[in-house]
Amino acid sequence: MARMKFLCDAERCIECNGCVTACKNEHEIPWGVNRRRVVTVNDGVPGEKSISVACMHCSDAPCAAVCPVDCFYKTAEGVVLHDKDLCIGCGYCFYACPFGAPQFPQDGAFGLRGKMDKCTFCAGGPEKDFSDAEFRKYGRNRLAEGKLPACAEMCSTKALLGGDGDVIADIYRNRVTTRGKGAEVWGWGTAYGKPDQRPAAPAPGAKS
Amino acid sequence: MRRTAAFIAAGVAVAMLGLAGCGEKAQVTVYKQGTYQGKPDAQPWDNERFKGDKVAWETAIRARNNGQNEYLRQTVK
Repeated sequence: MARMKFLCDAERCIECNGCVTACKNEHEIPWGVNRRRVVTVNDGVPGEKSISVACMHCSDAPCAAVCPVDCFYKTAEGVVLHDKDLCIGCGYCFYACPFGAPQFPQDGAFGLRGKMDKCTFCAGGPEKDFSDAEFRKYGRNRLAEGKLPACAEMCSTKALLGGDGDVIADIYRNRVTTRGKGAEVWGWGTAYGKPDQRPAAPAPGAKS
Repeated sequence: MRRTAAFIAAGVAVAMLGLAGCGEKAQVTVYKQGTYQGKPDAQPWDNERFKGDKVAWETAIRARNNGQNEYLRQTVK
């Protein structure tokens, strides 16, 4: 089994936020914590692009490198997880992460910073699989159920792919070579099909 | 006599107080720099669902992986 990865196809993402909603619902994420979010570049301008961003489960994760209490670990499938019992909520991982993935629940009158929370690739955490403790701290463990992350599986346009890096890379490659790139991707011809042959020229003198 | 006894009692109390510090256990965790310090995690197939059957788990994940490929789904149907 190769490494688990996410891949978001910016040509397909329609900014529906279905992945964000699926994640929130699946893990019962508290208000103010967003394990996944949709980022749009050039919002409102024709040709705008959106991508869904969460923890990218880096091969050499900078969050793990800077953690002062070494609470991060990587599973055999390449999923970066952490032990919330060790986390001290210092926020170093948030500064180190290029994707802004680590989240900190802020509740209480003085905006207390709680233990870090992030995307688990729906793989739970270091608690007994399917236990209440695991769900409460890390959310559902779909990977142990033989399923892939809810965000990717719920994606209506299949813009967000999640799973074995080799397989989703093949899916994306096949997609790109089939649909073309740049201006070929969208427009009348792509939506309704290109005419196989040009219409015959009208006969001279015929009504147009 | 009574005064001497009081001094002795006070001395013993101070000594006991001083010795009490010697019995204190270290409360600071010693970390091994750069290695994971938390609880061990089980493999995703080591649970009631898959009962340690790694092949069955991989088959399930592979099916889900390929389920994301709509070109493949079109040809199957």
